[in-house]
Amino acid sequence: MLNFYFEPFEFVKNLKYMGIGMLGVFIIVGVIMAATYLTGYLTNKLAKPSDDE
Amino acid sequence: MKELLSLFDGLLAFGQDGNWKMIVMWIIGGVLIYLAIKKEMEPTLLLPIGFGCIIMNFPGSGAAGPLETLYNAGIANELFPLILFIGIGAMIDFGPLLSNPKMMIFGAAAQFGIFFTLCMASIFFPDFRDYASIAIIGAADGPTSIVVANKLGSQYVGAITVAAYSYMALVPIIQPPVIKALTTENERKIRMTYRPKNVSKTTKILFPIIITVVACIFAPDAGALIGFLMFGNLIRECGVLDSLSETAQKVLANLITIFLGITIAFNMTAAQFLNVNTLLIMGLGLIAFIVDTAGGVLFGKLYNVFAKEKINPMIGAAGISAFPMAGRIVHKMGLKEDPQNFLLMHSIGVNVSGQIASVIAGALILKIFVPML
Repeated sequence: MLNFYFEPFEFVKNLKYMGIGMLGVFIIVGVIMAATYLTGYLTNKLAKPSDDE
Repeated sequence: MKELLSLFDGLLAFGQDGNWKMIVMWIIGGVLIYLAIKKEMEPTLLLPIGFGCIIMNFPGSGAAGPLETLYNAGIANELFPLILFIGIGAMIDFGPLLSNPKMMIFGAAAQFGIFFTLCMASIFFPDFRDYASIAIIGAADGPTSIVVANKLGSQYVGAITVAAYSYMALVPIIQPPVIKALTTENERKIRMTYRPKNVSKTTKILFPIIITVVACIFAPDAGALIGFLMFGNLIRECGVLDSLSETAQKVLANLITIFLGITIAFNMTAAQFLNVNTLLIMGLGLIAFIVDTAGGVLFGKLYNVFAKEKINPMIGAAGISAFPMAGRIVHKMGLKEDPQNFLLMHSIGVNVSGQIASVIAGALILKIFVPML
């Protein structure tokens, strides 16, 4: 006889982690995106032509 | 006579009850070796794992001692996966991503499978250390899975690692039907013009440093993973450490992969591996990969609702961090629908962003659950 744990309501209880986790990933990736745009913008503006690949 | 029989202790011990499970483990090891050699599925890892699985499953196996030493030296303290990340970082070219940074958002969307699986796994596993660790299979990233499962102290590290690497190898089989089911033919035919922007060398050098700093500020638990990954990338991009970059990409990565694979098998004894929970972990791992793919594609469709310039929603599926398979699959599917539709640069850009986002997702899981330990 298979006897294993099964609590369907745990899914709902843990939905908050899904929300926090996805929001966290989007916020951090958003910050990285902004930093990347800023770096690209600043280095392209400051770089001499010979610095470019 | 006694002395003669003592020579064959192993054979006699094998006749004891319950040892049929060991034969099952040999078969599992054999299947992993078969998949590695014959089907070329992640052979660098599945072959050592398969072989390790066989030698670990003998009565009183002498392999257990050295493998335990290796396990404590390299996996229990997360050293092997972190060193492997230096090699992976040195292999990755972030150029396509730096050329079009907005692609990063799709890498973030494709982490949905991790958190969905966390909720699903909590239905079957009472201990948060286990269900949070199982969720990270959806990162499609072996080293991150090992680090998270170890830090949380899950008892299923072996099964989780095998599931993560097996499904990474099965990405070409898992992703296409999911992508097809969620997109129309016209959507799959959407062409995306690649306008490569001039990415300066300074940007390429600053990128790994900035990512590390941002990750350490916002997700300190990702500091080691992101830091080692970006250190490898900095070696690659700095332009003055070519020999180190080559060593990291080839010798270092290969050496660690050999030890990592066979050491993972330390957790693959019949007693630990052969139970209903392992089957559940395999099933949940599959769900994680499917939902990751679906999350990326659906986010691509959502993006098209608001965007002036439509994107091909299939590139969202490349956001899972199985690099570079996921990127190539999307490219091939685009070519199948329209032989002039070249999505590779876009899909690889999304793919490498998925690598970063999956580590961040792993760090967030640690951030949420480590304080509960």
